[in-house]
Amino acid sequence: MDFQVVVLAGGFSKSLVPLVSKEVPKALLPVANRPVLSYVLDLLEQKSLKDLIVVVEGETAALSVSAWISSTYIDRLHVEVAAVPEDVGTAGAIRAIHHRLTAKDILVVSGDLVCDVPPGAVAAAHRRHDAVVTALLCSAPVSGPSDSGSSGAKDKAKKPGRYNIIALDPTKQFLLHIAAGAEVEKDIRVQKSILRAVSQMEIRSDLMDAHVYAFKRSILQDVLNQKETYQSLRRDVLPYLVRSQLRSELLSNGVQSEENGNGKDAMQNVKILPSQLLANASTPSFHELYPLGPDGSASMTRKTHKCCVYIANKSKYCARLNSIQAFSDINRDVVGDANHLSGYSFSVHNNVIHPSAVLGSKTTVGPQCVLGDGSQMGDKCSVKKSVIGRHCRIGSNVKVVSSVIMDHVTIGDGCSIQGSVICSNVQLQDRVILKDCQVGAGFVVTAGSEYKAESLAKKEKL
Amino acid sequence: MDPRRMPRTITDPKIRQVGFFAPVAPPDVSMLGPPRPTTPSSPVSGNSLSPVMIPPPRHLSSDNVLLSPHIAVDSFLPVGSYNASEFSSSTATEDFSEDNFSKDSGWVLNENSGKAAVKPNTHAASGLTPAVSNEGPPMELQKQQPPASSMPKKEQTTKAERRALQDAQRTAKAAANAGGSKKSISASAVVNSANANTKKVAKAPPQKKDSSSVAASEKRGGDRQTDKDRKKDAPHPRMQFDDEDRVEKAKKRSVVKQTESRNRVELFRHLPQYEHGTRILDLESHFFQLDTVHPAIYTVGLRFLTGDISGGNARCIAMLRAFQESIEDYSTPAEKELTRDLPTKINGYVSFLIQCRPLSISMGNAISFLKPKIPELSSTMSESEAKASLLSDIDRFINEKIILAEKVIVRLAVTKIRDGDVLLTHGSSSVVEMIFLCAQELGKQFRVVIVDSRPKLEGRMLLRRLVGKGISCTYTHLNAISYIMHEVTRVFLGASSVLSNGTVYSRVGTASVAMVAHQFRVPVLVCCESYKFHKRVQLDSICFNELGDPDAIARVSGKEDINYLNDWASSQNLQLLNLTYDATPSDYISMIITEYGMIPPTSVPVIVQEYGGEHLLI
Repeated sequence: MDFQVVVLAGGFSKSLVPLVSKEVPKALLPVANRPVLSYVLDLLEQKSLKDLIVVVEGETAALSVSAWISSTYIDRLHVEVAAVPEDVGTAGAIRAIHHRLTAKDILVVSGDLVCDVPPGAVAAAHRRHDAVVTALLCSAPVSGPSDSGSSGAKDKAKKPGRYNIIALDPTKQFLLHIAAGAEVEKDIRVQKSILRAVSQMEIRSDLMDAHVYAFKRSILQDVLNQKETYQSLRRDVLPYLVRSQLRSELLSNGVQSEENGNGKDAMQNVKILPSQLLANASTPSFHELYPLGPDGSASMTRKTHKCCVYIANKSKYCARLNSIQAFSDINRDVVGDANHLSGYSFSVHNNVIHPSAVLGSKTTVGPQCVLGDGSQMGDKCSVKKSVIGRHCRIGSNVKVVSSVIMDHVTIGDGCSIQGSVICSNVQLQDRVILKDCQVGAGFVVTAGSEYKAESLAKKEKL
Repeated sequence: MDPRRMPRTITDPKIRQVGFFAPVAPPDVSMLGPPRPTTPSSPVSGNSLSPVMIPPPRHLSSDNVLLSPHIAVDSFLPVGSYNASEFSSSTATEDFSEDNFSKDSGWVLNENSGKAAVKPNTHAASGLTPAVSNEGPPMELQKQQPPASSMPKKEQTTKAERRALQDAQRTAKAAANAGGSKKSISASAVVNSANANTKKVAKAPPQKKDSSSVAASEKRGGDRQTDKDRKKDAPHPRMQFDDEDRVEKAKKRSVVKQTESRNRVELFRHLPQYEHGTRILDLESHFFQLDTVHPAIYTVGLRFLTGDISGGNARCIAMLRAFQESIEDYSTPAEKELTRDLPTKINGYVSFLIQCRPLSISMGNAISFLKPKIPELSSTMSESEAKASLLSDIDRFINEKIILAEKVIVRLAVTKIRDGDVLLTHGSSSVVEMIFLCAQELGKQFRVVIVDSRPKLEGRMLLRRLVGKGISCTYTHLNAISYIMHEVTRVFLGASSVLSNGTVYSRVGTASVAMVAHQFRVPVLVCCESYKFHKRVQLDSICFNELGDPDAIARVSGKEDINYLNDWASSQNLQLLNLTYDATPSDYISMIITEYGMIPPTSVPVIVQEYGGEHLLI
């Protein structure tokens, strides 16, 4: 279908600091005991997209990602892992691999995406309108209220930067304005020309940019070459394309001439007629109407390009793992409401307990839990709405609620863990009480200590 | 309906000789002309296939003879419009009276090899055909059966085979007993047809009368049929969607999953009634899995489905352009020939497009123009030469049959516009729009009334463009047609297709406009390029039509508060029907303007006959 897929897997994301480490880049953070990148790759594989380029920031991260991919998808996918220097941003990443891009259109997918929206839908919408860029929007996830049991909802309630202000045309197919995160506090400036052209605009804040974009390759590369300061696709390139859609000076010239093109001057007239016929027959979007001016007189000097959106159905699950909060939310959802994504078959009790896991007497594992292979639990433990990794050793009388415990964690007797994330190789000694904490890899929590809403990690790592 | 204006069916078509057609050979000459000499030219009737049909592999040897009666019918046609009494004396009576109406749901005179091969069987079975001479075909049949049928390779015949054989003999005998007054079909043809009888019985519609034996042989023929099916994977254009077997088969083949809508309209069960929304979703989500479909074709198909491209000419051009792109990107796989591989590709594309939206007659004509061009390419040509030749063929088709034809039509039609005229049009037709614009450029003083109808409201776009050009316009909906018609002096209509009995097949609502205009004695001028003509005859818009999205009726554009029908699907007793086309009888049409001139609707068959077929294709 002449599409190339680029997965931007990121590197060591700053916002996830206690969770990621040298060994575990962001792409390999476990969601229900599978690296988060596997959700994207599985989704693409399902839709028979087998040739992928995975871009990872940093050499060491690239090595570990490529090692994992080659061991997991060895004969199923053809994946190229490209390492780019850190802090080049998403735009820089595309710049760095531009020589590998050859197809007509490019699908850029974020590697931290957990969703079940078919990527083909975005691509189809892109092709249908012959757009320059098409973005996937989905309804913003509700975080916080649904995880009962954790009373720390106050801390998460006001999270700035979760909103996107997105303006759409009345048919909900074209993107008119996009402002993300921090910019919301200021006032929004909408271009008059766009507003005049569309005459009706719908501004929404309940949509989330899923960071799945289909770009026209030639145009994306043009923009990246000309605007060398652009760092991010989401913050720089996309708003630029949206802003300039009614007066694209440089970009669409190529497209336009392609459309009317391949004819000599003598044939020009003959070629234009059918294309005009086509234009008249199809329902014009405001892009076509705008150059006509109010009186319908065609002033063909104005070039336009289209920025489209595909709005995913409300029933589809879509979330990005870009914060600690999102990490625990996604873990909760993947084993809970959106458990078709996890790839496990849930038991009658709506949980997954690996057959090699050992449970002590009077230990209960509630619904929406995953217990990895080789984990052992002592007596009288209780696990609710949590994910426990492989080869964990958990003592007796331990309570685990709404938490994520990664692999090789040792937990002493009488601990209570609530709403926390505990990374690999952590040791919790007896009677530790953690609430809404993040514990970095390899950390040792001394016996009897009590923490609330703190982030614990080894000193030298920070 | 109007006593002072005689309906045209009453006037004797034979008297209605229009000067334009004088050079056409008088009908009796073509009648007397023996069918044999015409058989070499039988591809004329064979090639101009049914509109949407991809030509199936044809067995010319048996078809030539079998087709001959239909050629007689065709050559008979130019005399005038369809009139049953004329046919009563012709050799083709039995075709007309029996099976065409019963099997073919009202399509007359439209033959293809598949049907023709079936025919002898039905004749024989019903004992209608007197076409068999008396020299004991059963004996001959018995002798020739094993080698000629080429089917039973083994000595041992299965029970089903024996039954089929027996049945064939019985029917042949019955036919022989019926007495042969006509000697037009030779004995060899009978043998041929009898062989075809068993061979092709699987093609026959399963609603045949002698079901038991036929069903058995059909089962046997089934496995041979499958690879043939696979080869021409375009679903049969006139598929009867109330026929469950076929629907099942088509479903297996289809790329796009189609969910049948829940509240189907009983009367229209023979047409595909799918849930509209799910098809788009499914098509979208399988974007990357449709490897066999070229991206350009996919895009066009998606635009058809979503309604981004509509209108006969636009769809046809879009399709041909997509074909061009796919041919440009085509490279012959190793160990295959372009002339053999490319047609299968195109077939795949066509069936994909059909799944997106049924093809219009004009598109069918365009495809049947394109497809024969591929085998015609000489094998000495290099791949790039062959591709270039195909591309230029398509370009030529677009330019000559659509663009230039439109220009000629515009030039002709403009002469019919006088100063002070009030012109009415319905919907949005590209030719009619060009006529108005041209008349405006010539400085004629006129006013335009645009009549529109829900749900598509295509007239609004036309209105916008015309007003933009400074033409004074009136816009109204179809329900006000009788009020507005008082002031109108001419009606210009576009057409999706013109059928050979003069019926104009066009956007739904056209028939009412034409009828009201006729009542008010306003001339109705239909503008239609000749590549949209088809030799099929259709008397109503029920047997063949396209169903639009029923939800489109429930919504009223611009009035969100009118939502009484929002959950109509949950009500069992309510079915919505959104017909896309209707058929305007020729009585209501004063004139059809084509690039060949301005003709009365009764002369359509002449165009079809003289310029249709291979002549249509330049």
